[in-house]
Amino acid sequence: MKPGSYKSFSELFQTLDPAEVSKQVLSASSADVKAAISKAGHCSLEDFAALLSPAAEPFLEEMAVQANRLTRKRFGKTIQMFVPMYLSNECQNICTYCGFSLGNKIPRLTLSKAQFLKEIEAVKKWGFEHILLVTGESHLVGMDYFLEMIPIAREHFAHVSIEVQPLEEEDYLKLHQAGVESVLVYQETYNEESYAQHHTKGKKSKFYNRLETPEKIARAGINKIGLGSLLGLADWRVDAWFAGLHLVYMREKYWRSRYSLAFPRLQPAEGIVDPAVVTTERNLAQIICAYRLLDETVDLSLSTRESKRFRDHAIQLGVTTMSAGSRTDPGGYQTSKTELEQFEISDERTPAEVAKMLTCAGLEPVWKDWDQVISG
Amino acid sequence: MLQIADKTFSSRLFLGTGKFSSPEIMKEAVKESGSELVTLALKRMRLAEEHDPLVKNLDIPSVSLLPNTSGAKDAKEAVLAAELAREALQTNWIKLEIHPDQRYLLPDPIETLGAAETLVKKGFVVLPYINADPVLCKRLEEVGTQAVMPLGAPIGSNQGLQTKAMLEIIIEQSAVPVIVDAGIGAPSDAASALEMGADAVLVNTAIAVAKDPVAMAKAFRLGVEAGIQARKAGLGQKGLLAESSSPLTSFLSEG
Repeated sequence: MKPGSYKSFSELFQTLDPAEVSKQVLSASSADVKAAISKAGHCSLEDFAALLSPAAEPFLEEMAVQANRLTRKRFGKTIQMFVPMYLSNECQNICTYCGFSLGNKIPRLTLSKAQFLKEIEAVKKWGFEHILLVTGESHLVGMDYFLEMIPIAREHFAHVSIEVQPLEEEDYLKLHQAGVESVLVYQETYNEESYAQHHTKGKKSKFYNRLETPEKIARAGINKIGLGSLLGLADWRVDAWFAGLHLVYMREKYWRSRYSLAFPRLQPAEGIVDPAVVTTERNLAQIICAYRLLDETVDLSLSTRESKRFRDHAIQLGVTTMSAGSRTDPGGYQTSKTELEQFEISDERTPAEVAKMLTCAGLEPVWKDWDQVISG
Repeated sequence: MLQIADKTFSSRLFLGTGKFSSPEIMKEAVKESGSELVTLALKRMRLAEEHDPLVKNLDIPSVSLLPNTSGAKDAKEAVLAAELAREALQTNWIKLEIHPDQRYLLPDPIETLGAAETLVKKGFVVLPYINADPVLCKRLEEVGTQAVMPLGAPIGSNQGLQTKAMLEIIIEQSAVPVIVDAGIGAPSDAASALEMGADAVLVNTAIAVAKDPVAMAKAFRLGVEAGIQARKAGLGQKGLLAESSSPLTSFLSEG
């Protein structure tokens, strides 16, 4: 059955056994990998499993060459620039890996309008036109707060994305009307057991609610939807495969939306546990290339969690979107303290330095690729 | 010379400006291509700034700008984008692009026809990007578009003139200029389109993504010139006039 023929992604998800998926990924042969590479850009989900397999590791260079070629064909010699901005680190969830987790004794801050405007001023100076607004999940930061802050962001930026708790379809409709073009909701892990272990308290502990959220976003007519899994909670090969499946499901069913994938690796933050499953840079490169070979049109987004060196090379592997100069603490663009942060930044270069690196690599940093007039 | 609305063009090559590695290389490529009409996505323009770097680099005396509505998913969005572009660039020319399909960016014929009608009434010179659908081309012509821009293959695919059979019908039937847009991957594709009778071609990916975009721009200029020259020179008919070894009609002149 085609993924899009299921009524919901949850329904499709429940027909699959993660152990079977794992077996499929681990048992792929080099012949499977070669066959998958030859279908670059239009791989099936079976091909995609082969590309994530250990058998694909010796073919990483071949995968990279195809990933680069497909990316240039579709996206040209460009990289889209965006800046994340944390509005609040208040959070009533306990997530073992997150600096904002409820139990962490850190100062909590939710930006006021005046503070938000100051932050905007700071990042606008760098030339950003695409902003990603991020919050924790708490009763202090809900729809009322979003509807107060988003119109302000819309006044100053060409493109507004948000990464907040799962909401309902009617909320997404309101946010879309207020100026949100893109919503990111990462599943963190598609492994139910691991999900339960790492999200022990709060609304976020509801696995299926999160799993069904991208469909609500799409039905509300949001232009771009961000999917992905956090690398380090469960077997990355299986989690990346499920994220790929989620993408295929969404694009079959909701073909008017664009999609982006992210692949954040766990980094040390306050109160964090050691990553249960290590994802190396080589593994990450394999994931990026595999995503590109699965879908030549999906945006692949890379944050400043990764090192300068990795980012400088990943721009040739399929990545199309990058943040720069990021701070992960509310109010961080005006201060130099970092005690409020969600995770540690690895690439600390200024946006201008990152832009210069891109130019030297023969890529144009694109600061503006949207206009609000297009969304009516 | 090619005439579209109030403008005449000696070059039959139109260029898209996305996907270049820098505005400077784009400018060089545009100059080398000899193109006199280049498209520009409204969504990429920084309208608040007095000197938009994209627009500034396209300030070439022989080149006119053709803003496009890329990003619009329906007629309403496209009309708004066209109005903003008219205001920003002081041109009533618009390349109408409406693609709700986010993977292959294929144009929506129903929304495009509706938007074209509205824009023509509002005084725009409308050049619609459409699938290679001969009937749709006639319908667009009826609502007053000044040209039609059927695709050769999906945008950015470099697959060439996959829609050849339909393009031939469109060229044969059209009362307005036919510009083959999207899919043209090599100068030979551009030459073929011109030989076939297309009035112009629009190229972006094949030039911008080439290893040397400026040299590729020149190659396309030559390809387009070859195509138009060949057409003027009179291409030989393909296929042979059959000569039967024992003539079928010779009996008529015999005894």
